[in-house]
Amino acid sequence: MSFSSELLIKVLVVLATAPVMALGLTLLEVKGSAWMQRRPGPLHVGLRGFIFPLATAAKYFQKETIIPKDVDEPVFKWAPAWVIAAVVGLFTIIPLSPTLIVRDLELGVFFLLAISSISTIGVLTAGWSSANKFSLMGGLRAAGQLIAYELPLILSVVGVVIQAETMSTVGIVEKQIEFGFPFVIAGQGIAFIIFMIAATAEMMRTPFDMPIGESELTMGFMTEYSGIRFLIFYISEYINLFVMCAIASTLFLGGYHIPLLPTEWVNFYGPLVLIGKTFTLAFLLIAIRWSFPRFREDQLQTLAWKVLIPLSLLNIMVTAIMKVVF
Amino acid sequence: MEAIDIFSYFLLLLLLLSGIKVVTTSNVIHAAIFLVFTLATTAILFILLSAEFVALVLVLVYIGAVIVLFLFGVMITRAPLGPNAELDNDQNKLFATLISLSIFGIFTYILLQTFDSTVVISEGTSTKLLGEILLSRFVFPFELVSFVLLGALIGGITLARKDNALMDEDQI
Repeated sequence: MSFSSELLIKVLVVLATAPVMALGLTLLEVKGSAWMQRRPGPLHVGLRGFIFPLATAAKYFQKETIIPKDVDEPVFKWAPAWVIAAVVGLFTIIPLSPTLIVRDLELGVFFLLAISSISTIGVLTAGWSSANKFSLMGGLRAAGQLIAYELPLILSVVGVVIQAETMSTVGIVEKQIEFGFPFVIAGQGIAFIIFMIAATAEMMRTPFDMPIGESELTMGFMTEYSGIRFLIFYISEYINLFVMCAIASTLFLGGYHIPLLPTEWVNFYGPLVLIGKTFTLAFLLIAIRWSFPRFREDQLQTLAWKVLIPLSLLNIMVTAIMKVVF
Repeated sequence: MEAIDIFSYFLLLLLLLSGIKVVTTSNVIHAAIFLVFTLATTAILFILLSAEFVALVLVLVYIGAVIVLFLFGVMITRAPLGPNAELDNDQNKLFATLISLSIFGIFTYILLQTFDSTVVISEGTSTKLLGEILLSRFVFPFELVSFVLLGALIGGITLARKDNALMDEDQI
């Protein structure tokens, strides 16, 4: 197969997978919240609630796209594109099995950190171009939060990279198979917790939803968005949830492999195992979202700069020392 | 001409156009967004030269951090929607042309003199080599740079923070 036709197939597969995963996680979100808060809708209406995400998507497709008069039109229109491009781009390095991966980049983890930082530009420009002070406040809060939590996200992964001696995502999983235990047990437990907290903050999900706080900022940087562009922001959040949980499963939980299963069959059970782990982690984040109130802005910044960053630096130091000693 | 050559020329054209837009647009946020395009095209060019690490550093540090901080800073202080007349600078156009042309000339001359068409790294992993060289032959400059960064960090904090003792004595 030629390079370009292979590339085309890979792009089409990713573009088909991303919305499906987003629909699945939307379903999990509404069913989880309905179960936790005893809401009848997503649990009983329409095939026991299973067509709920499709109904949501259809609703946004038929809504009118409103563009307010004073907005900076090109910037306003293209802001959601930055966000969705950044999250879909991350599918490149998610390994469903040693061979079922778009591209096993040598710099996989570094690619993750570089590409995920692009979405901040979309959030900031969305907030600014809306010509609305609530949007601008939301955009600024979001940017401050994304900058603050990007550091612990990067630093927590460094420990894994030191332990695995590689930045390739397949390489990291293979190292965990070779070692017998996933990294979350074998030394990177703190890094895993830091990663999950920072990833939740990067997704701006409760308890880190200060930037979009409905009751005070009326959805923050998304206030002026409607119809299909709002849907893009909305679906990006769920694609991002899938990607971050899949990366966390890959880096810390052994990825596509479960100990004791035969490695020869990994191409068959690999995708199921990874998606199972991803949805379990996602359910954990959904349960957290529907159980906790949001952090205040200063508490949120304090947690990032005074707790998570020093802790992840300490984790790097300890991992490096252990690496030299053993 | 191969497909990759056509692609490179297309990228170079894009780079030139977005670079011109950065300096000619009269809206500071638009300038920053065009700067993102400029940097992204540069990153793709580095990937074509099989320097993935440099390309990703460009994305992570320049697009993900510098531009974001730039946008953040501009928005938190002043960022009116629409064009800003103050950004149009008509002074010293002659000097600007002279300086940019001479920088272009010097760089072209040096690059052609030093490398011409020699292929520096043809195969293998450039990132691993980069890491090994940084921590062996260039370890001293590498450490020195980190001290410069630490100095800049401490300097920034010293300038930004309000000194309580001086505040009490009404010195500031």
